Amino acid sequence: MSTTDTAARDTRGEGTSSRPSGPRSPLRAAVQFAGRHVVVVAAVGSLTYLLLPIAVVILQSFNKPAGRYNTSFNEFTLSNWTNMCAAGGMCDSVVLSLQIAVLATIGATVLGSAIAFALVRHRFRGRSSINMLIFLPMATPEVVMGSSLLTLFVSMQMRLGFWTLLIAHIMFTLSFVVVTVKARLSGLDPNLEEAARDLYANAWSTFWRVTFPLALPGIMAAAMLAFALSFDDFIVSNFNAGNEVNFPMFVWGASRRGVPPQVNVIGTLMFVVALLAVVGGQWAAAQRHRSR
Amino acid sequence: MSLSARRGVTPYLLLLPGLMWLGLFFAVPLVTLVSTSLYDPSGSLREGYRMTWHFATYAEALQAYWPQFRRSFTYAGTATVLALVIGYPLAYTIAFKAGRWKNVLLVLVIAPFFTSFLVRTLAWTTILADDGFVVQTLQAVGLMDPTGRLLATPVAVIAGITYNFLPFTTLPLYASLEKIDHRVIEAAQDLYCSGTQAFRRVTFPLSLPGVVAGTLLTFIPAAGDFINAALLGTPSTYMIGNVIESQFLQVTDYPTASALSVMLMATIVALVVVYVRKAGTEELL
Repeated sequence: MSTTDTAARDTRGEGTSSRPSGPRSPLRAAVQFAGRHVVVVAAVGSLTYLLLPIAVVILQSFNKPAGRYNTSFNEFTLSNWTNMCAAGGMCDSVVLSLQIAVLATIGATVLGSAIAFALVRHRFRGRSSINMLIFLPMATPEVVMGSSLLTLFVSMQMRLGFWTLLIAHIMFTLSFVVVTVKARLSGLDPNLEEAARDLYANAWSTFWRVTFPLALPGIMAAAMLAFALSFDDFIVSNFNAGNEVNFPMFVWGASRRGVPPQVNVIGTLMFVVALLAVVGGQWAAAQRHRSR
Repeated sequence: MSLSARRGVTPYLLLLPGLMWLGLFFAVPLVTLVSTSLYDPSGSLREGYRMTWHFATYAEALQAYWPQFRRSFTYAGTATVLALVIGYPLAYTIAFKAGRWKNVLLVLVIAPFFTSFLVRTLAWTTILADDGFVVQTLQAVGLMDPTGRLLATPVAVIAGITYNFLPFTTLPLYASLEKIDHRVIEAAQDLYCSGTQAFRRVTFPLSLPGVVAGTLLTFIPAAGDFINAALLGTPSTYMIGNVIESQFLQVTDYPTASALSVMLMATIVALVVVYVRKAGTEELL
């Protein structure tokens, strides 16, 4: 639907730009032509800038390192992929990142979806100040968030480690879940729920059989976002992990000693898994759309 | 009656756990951060701190770390402008010229998020290395003298920050450009606007909400970032985030570190308020 829409728009755009505007002069036409293409050329440049490091990460994952610091491609090898855990401590850090990300995702998705439902489906006093409280963690620099939480844990004499890490991760992913689920819920037609109630469904079965299934894609998207944010978090984790080391912290520590090439393998794996998830998600959405 | 009673309690039950979490682990920590900054600076983490309302820590910290403070905002500001300049053509192309490639391009814009922030930033050390192809090419073309380097310079740090937050500029720009009704641009052209004029007087002003959102989403995290400065720079390019990190985790001078953290937050809030107000009333132009 959106493709035909944009295609129509594009032809319309072409039509207007080729239309003579004002007195026709070859110079102006040339400038306009160059201008149109300069934008596209600049966009290609921007994309290259965005994608170049990913290409380097993938390439380096197949590189046989020459020494501790590897800045050039030395020799093709698969050994980084086959001996992934040969880099001391790296696989443990990935496991910790996964554990925290799974638990934080569950916690933040449950807490955040509940808030989103309350904000979209209920009217009550204090909604705008609650919206503000939800927005603030996203607008706070991570250093401030991480360091303030550290001062709290220290003043409460809590031992830093797995649990403080988990608490922190649920905290900073929560807002993103609320915003994502809210966006989905406010796009839903309230008439559907009204229809269910007209058909004598009580509040509970309306929720479970109508609202929840409709909100599910938004909740899934929010969960994926929370997982990605948690898995890749360095700054907040660095302040609150104590002696625990998650994957970004491992990379940070390794950057001083010389980064093992296996780090690029994990980087590449993350990229491939995320890409598959996004492409799969779009494909599933397209299938649902077609079957409807 | 029972329905209305339920309506009264349900939202609060739904809100309570999540809001308590945010209150306990987001709002309360900000209070402890401020109170930690006012502790007696002669205390230590091991022996404990006493609350002495020692406001002088702020002045001392600012005096000691003024270069890093100023550098943070200079780097973040430069990176924000660069991200806008680099991101705008990209967002414009996706919104107006991409056609059926729109979704693919959007996925490519967020593709950097698919892999680790730190791993990506380390990739820049390879790209910008002294014997890397960027430096070699620049030197071969004569744009850079043979002993010149990129890594461990402010250029590398700003390039890294710009890169890392570019999607945060591009996506809001795309969202606001996408919303523009094409008939408005056509109308401008029907009224004898050239393409450039139509852009300057119609398209760009209509994209301002995206410009404001994009610059904020880039500037705020960039001002607090310390990963780029640490991985791509040297101590002479360190930002206030680097100082906060080392004061908390290596030096463990909590009062100074907290004061710096509070000042970073306060400065950002002040700048954002001024910027949003200016952007709101004067339309930024």
